[in-house]
Amino acid sequence: MKNFITTSIGKKFAMALSAIFLMVFLLQHFLINITSVFSADIFNFLSHFMGTNPLVQFILQPILIAGVIFHFVMGFYLEFQNRKATKYEYHKVRGGANSTWMSRNMIWSGLVILSFLILHFIDFWFPEMNHKYVEFLPEDPNRYYDELVEKFESPVRVLFYCVSFVLLSLHLLHGFSSSLKSMGTNKTYVSTVKNLSNFYAIGIPAGFCFIAVFHLLSHL
Amino acid sequence: MRLTLKIWRQKNSETKGKIESYDIDEISPDMSFLEMLDVLNAKLINEDQEPVSFDHDCREGICGSCSLFINGRAHGPDRRITTCQLHMRKFKDGDTIYIEPFRAKAFPVIKDLVVDRSAFDRIQHAGGYISINTSGNTQDANATPVNKEDADAAFDAATCIGCGACVASCKNSSAMLFVGAKVSQYSLLPQGQTEASRRVINMVNQMDLEGFGNCSNTGACEVECPKGISLDNIARMNRELVKASFK
Ligand code: HEM
Ligand code: SF4
Ligand code: FES
Repeated sequence: MKNFITTSIGKKFAMALSAIFLMVFLLQHFLINITSVFSADIFNFLSHFMGTNPLVQFILQPILIAGVIFHFVMGFYLEFQNRKATKYEYHKVRGGANSTWMSRNMIWSGLVILSFLILHFIDFWFPEMNHKYVEFLPEDPNRYYDELVEKFESPVRVLFYCVSFVLLSLHLLHGFSSSLKSMGTNKTYVSTVKNLSNFYAIGIPAGFCFIAVFHLLSHL
Repeated sequence: MRLTLKIWRQKNSETKGKIESYDIDEISPDMSFLEMLDVLNAKLINEDQEPVSFDHDCREGICGSCSLFINGRAHGPDRRITTCQLHMRKFKDGDTIYIEPFRAKAFPVIKDLVVDRSAFDRIQHAGGYISINTSGNTQDANATPVNKEDADAAFDAATCIGCGACVASCKNSSAMLFVGAKVSQYSLLPQGQTEASRRVINMVNQMDLEGFGNCSNTGACEVECPKGISLDNIARMNRELVKASFK
């Protein structure tokens, strides 16, 4: 017998697990960020905690990075395999007649998210790592809010963030329920969580977009 | 009706094919799509040209042999029908119709519109059966009670005619709907339990070996399936494989 994980279904299962993990992380990230809209103090407190807690820094953070890398590497791999299975192209194909644009273009929405993640790392994560683990600068528990506000002073950056969030929303509009199906959830159940999945897929990216625009406008 | 047909012509599996254009006239809206092709072929034969090869057998939607990707969709416009059940009244006078073979790496073209779907047979051979010897010792049907919902779901899955429209419609050429149906048909019934684990593992492995793609849950297959096989069968197969792999 082949190992479960090397079967087509096993790979999809792993893909879905990594995606669900990312969605849980994204929710957590959102809940922290939204506090910056109404209280600099709470945002600083939470960020300082996340940034200095050894459990978060040395256990959860590496797992997260591995999860992100796994997800997009597996996404590319599946896309590559799927293209190999469809070597021949139709002259005329009407994909829209039987499926949504989102579901057929996960790789493209994923690529936009990936380019966003690279910018996001350059914006926040690399300076953060440099601050803490390269230059060992003294920790100021109140620096986080100011760093956030400074980034969102640029309208170009805010625009790029928001465009990426639209693509993230499209990715999740298909992805949320798809991940449940990949893991064997039956359709009656998937439709009961359909509302939840739409709420998440639209609400979270819209929320992130709101945070960026809020800081842009309130610090003009 | 007057029509322009753009048909995929390919001599054999070795040669490269191409789309060729044919004009055809006096097509009745009441003809089936295959009858329209019969008319075209009669005309081609009269003109000493090679007729267009296409698959067909029962011409009543039960054998699954008619295929054809018509105007960008498996079995053409309309839902829940095979090509032999498609009628020319679905088209308009003067229409241009693209007719292509079902495409997938695992379904190589044999000639023109005929593709080799024996990959499905090999998946079936890998486990799509129960090996209870029933000849001469048939049990009374009521001896093994089956829950009504399970019986219905098993029957729905068993209506799959192995046509391959699911593969042809899938952007990944995935065969999961077909294999999901074949796995479900047995896994829901008591008679299918003995070989349940072996069946799903062997059938999935064979499916992967044949070079079908992965499932992205786009749902195109269930929309184009002439028998309305639901995506639920794929989820059930996934569960069955998890169960079989970790026990
Ligand atoms: C880093 C860039 C990303 C890339 C390149 C990417 C790519 C992909 C691809 C190609 C798929 C489809 C897999 C398939 O068809 O089987 C997919 C599925 C999915 N992705 Fe992403 N993705 C990325 C980021 C994300 C993020 C940040 C999230 C969530 C927060 C996410 C959530 C999902 C979900 C829920 C699915 C559905 C999984 C399934 O069908 O089982 N993705 N991704
Ligand atoms: S699942 Fe539907 S589309 Fe696929 S082979 Fe069976 S009948 Fe045809
Ligand atoms: S010819 Fe048998 S299903 Fe169409």
